[in-house]
Amino acid sequence: MAALGAPLRTLRALLRELRHAAGRSYRDSPAYRHVLAAFRAHRVTSEKLCRAQQELHFQAATYLCLLRSVREHEALHREYHGRGERSPQEVAGLVGFRLPQQPGGKG
Amino acid sequence: MSSVTMWRGCRRLWWAHSPPTRFPRPPPADARGGPVGSCGRRAYAPPAERKRFYQNVSISQGEGGFEINLDHRKLKTPQAKLFTVPSEALAIAVATEWDSQKDTIKFYTMHLTTLCNTALDNPTQRNKTQLIRVAVKFLETDTVCYRVEEPPALAELQKNEWDPVVAWAEKRYNVTIGSSTSILGPNIPASTKETFVSHLASYNMWALQGIEFVITQLKSLILSMSLIDRHITVEKAVLLSRLEEEYQIRRWGNVEWAHDYDLCELRARTAAGTLFVHLCSESSTVKHKLLQD
Repeated sequence: MAALGAPLRTLRALLRELRHAAGRSYRDSPAYRHVLAAFRAHRVTSEKLCRAQQELHFQAATYLCLLRSVREHEALHREYHGRGERSPQEVAGLVGFRLPQQPGGKG
Repeated sequence: MSSVTMWRGCRRLWWAHSPPTRFPRPPPADARGGPVGSCGRRAYAPPAERKRFYQNVSISQGEGGFEINLDHRKLKTPQAKLFTVPSEALAIAVATEWDSQKDTIKFYTMHLTTLCNTALDNPTQRNKTQLIRVAVKFLETDTVCYRVEEPPALAELQKNEWDPVVAWAEKRYNVTIGSSTSILGPNIPASTKETFVSHLASYNMWALQGIEFVITQLKSLILSMSLIDRHITVEKAVLLSRLEEEYQIRRWGNVEWAHDYDLCELRARTAAGTLFVHLCSESSTVKHKLLQD
């Protein structure tokens, strides 16, 4: 079984990620309610090693990894790769030139 | 093939209403001026990003399974089929993906939606046997079986990190895999391949699409199986897949806009693939036990 840590920690982090993803009304979102319901349903058990509980915890940890890495990837994309091409003016400015201005218009 | 290339090449996107707006075509050759073009536009303009055109995302249950509604319109796949998923949890996760798009829709972040579309449309038209064959063929070029001899620190790291996973796989599936330092790779006996073929045959078509996706991302059948069998976490699987890169990063330094970018993307895709496989192959029933008083 994978080394996952405490389920409570995963749950808290997962709910936080859902909050980031959803926005204002995160508590009414179906994902939030589903996650809480699933964790509550698997809480009451007399077995010490409950397989379904571990499966749920693993799924929750995987979903948490998905949400977190998508958010980080998007942030990195915005910061480093989101700018697009430079305009001709900017390209000319890179080497210190300026585009000519023809008084009668171009062409 | 990256998601971005796929979206740029895909003419029909999956809005529920039709017809979709056409992508802006590049200007014809005679309209382009010299290097400082007469029209300010460049020769290649990427397609305009689709703005978020819906307010609410909800789920409903149809005959084939669960469907996603964007406002009142039903979501469809790129091949215009109705988007239905067998599992409610998967539908909720897809709805969350659509709901978390702000302003513009970024398809490259919606991995679960992509996987569902692939499973529904099957654009490469592969059947179950072909998928399994592709997956098992990866064993011959499995990352964790290919070892280096130098630098000795890396060889040591590979031995310490990858040997336990290979040993686990050999024990769990009762096969021989081994590892190799030669360029030809390990010699996988036919019985090993047959064991994996029969094991993978127990998954349904959707789960197999997910498994093949994870294998392609991690470049390793063994790591994918240990992930699907819940032996290691997604972060650990990604770390093991990128072991040499991590070694080089520790040696030469980290470049955020390349290393972290790739790491996050790999983690996102692998996590999406694993979650997809688990949600497609489970059938959960809650048995209520009577509380002892």
